[in-house]
Amino acid sequence: MAEVKLSKKDRMSVAWRHQFLQGSWNYERMQNGGWCYAMIPAIKALYKDKDQQAAALKRHLEFYNTHPYVSAPIIGVTLALEEERANGAPVEDQAIQGVKVGMMGPLAGVGDPVFWFTVRPILGALGASMALSGNIVGPLLFFILWNVIRMAFLWYTQEFGYNVGSEIAKDLSGGLLGKVTEIASILGMFIIGALVQRWVSITFTPVVSTVTQAEGAYIDWAALPAGSEGIKSALEQYSALGPTGLNVEKVTTLQGNLDQLIPGLAAVLLTLLCCRLLKKGISPIAIILALFAVGIVGRLLNFM
Amino acid sequence: MGISIVFVVLVAFLAGMEGILDEFQFHQPLVACTLIGIVTGHPTEGIILGGSLQMIALGWANVGAAVAPDAALASVASAIIMVKGLGEGGAVDPMNAINTAIALAVPLSVAGLFLTMLCRTIAIPMVHFMDAAAEKADFRGVELWQILAICLQGIRIAIPAAMLCMIPAEAVTAMLQAMPEWLQGGMAVGGGMVAAVGYAMVINMMATAEVWPFFVLGFVLAALGELTLIALGALGISIALIYIGLKDLAKQGGGAGGGSGDPLGDILNDY
Repeated sequence: MAEVKLSKKDRMSVAWRHQFLQGSWNYERMQNGGWCYAMIPAIKALYKDKDQQAAALKRHLEFYNTHPYVSAPIIGVTLALEEERANGAPVEDQAIQGVKVGMMGPLAGVGDPVFWFTVRPILGALGASMALSGNIVGPLLFFILWNVIRMAFLWYTQEFGYNVGSEIAKDLSGGLLGKVTEIASILGMFIIGALVQRWVSITFTPVVSTVTQAEGAYIDWAALPAGSEGIKSALEQYSALGPTGLNVEKVTTLQGNLDQLIPGLAAVLLTLLCCRLLKKGISPIAIILALFAVGIVGRLLNFM
Repeated sequence: MGISIVFVVLVAFLAGMEGILDEFQFHQPLVACTLIGIVTGHPTEGIILGGSLQMIALGWANVGAAVAPDAALASVASAIIMVKGLGEGGAVDPMNAINTAIALAVPLSVAGLFLTMLCRTIAIPMVHFMDAAAEKADFRGVELWQILAICLQGIRIAIPAAMLCMIPAEAVTAMLQAMPEWLQGGMAVGGGMVAAVGYAMVINMMATAEVWPFFVLGFVLAALGELTLIALGALGISIALIYIGLKDLAKQGGGAGGGSGDPLGDILNDY
């Protein structure tokens, strides 16, 4: 009997369909439908007998759930196993299910921090910061970069899994995955720290003090020479005195004082508070709604 | 408006599909709001709304069986409301329309959450139909149910979007104009703070005693306005690589110091 092999076209077809992994996500067996859907081109290529096809379809409708991208190396390994089995190797159903279940847990643990909590926030923040000024490059950059990274990852890790076959399961306990996760969480925490400073905005409006400044500490607008000479003189004084020189009275706001400690202190405190509340099991939605309520009350009381 | 409704519903359908697939990212506010802005002739406002919502939704992610607030419905519906508010001749100040849309996005993301859970329950009988098809080696049947399940997720957003499009623009404009200043201002203040929740979700996922100092570094360095996000990203990667490299070095050094004939140490190092 001639050996059956999966062609590159079959594998690409699987990779394409694998993108729809979560389409029939359900509370019973989670991603099983999408997984089976992705395996169909391979099953068609490997098994010609109807009973074998039915058995293969059923085999791949078992419970499955992992991160949708790191699922690619798992499907690669599964392709290699199915190929061996179709060629008569004694690969049991349990072995295939075992590989899937054995890999999905640890790999999901890598996929979530790397893609959802590092790459997406970073690309998203990059795109969003450009988009805030109405720049179309922002969304384009996010969309293109993300999809290039994603598709390259899906295809190459699937090929990796297919070539390495069941050997990969041994690799999982190796240091590489742990290292990737560690780098991702360091980078992620660093960027989140930066984002908290830049994008969580809390401004307290109360005025702490209003001081009448001494003569010479402010620009005496009435005493300026007329015409362009006057503008020149005002600008010279301004650059010497700074913004407080514009008015006779120097106004210090609560926000100004806080910014002198660390800019964004209130933002980081709020973020840490949210961390605590989330850990206590309070739903993020409830916290978000509460923050809007605080905002409205703060505005009504002229506090924020 | 006639043709653009078709395109809006199409974008909504894509966003709904992606809300579950999480591949192309059509459901991310940055993409969905921009697309709706483009098809309705308000590209700039759409991009700005998308950017603002994206900042809030950065940390929203479906992990395991848990579902995060639904970005798809939030971005699609709030973009439609914003477009309605902008009206034909700029009836409402664009910034007001954008700010209100941001505030409305949050309750919408909760509504989307329930719709998602509903779809994920409806999908259970659908995979049972797949089982039946598999029994007969009916490839077509399995594929059909998978595609129908994806379409179900698209319809989840497309129907609310179509319904929103039916509401007359005057009603939305009137509602926006009737909002008192304290409510609009307060929502803007709240909108500035809610991003913290998304960031907190990310932190809770990743934080260990070991990586907290990197959070502090990022926070303090970000106060330097000259550093762009790309610069900060480069800094972050460098710091991570240096740290990991030094840590490896320290491990090796420790192993050598403890005597190279130490099998237990070697096992611990390789662990």
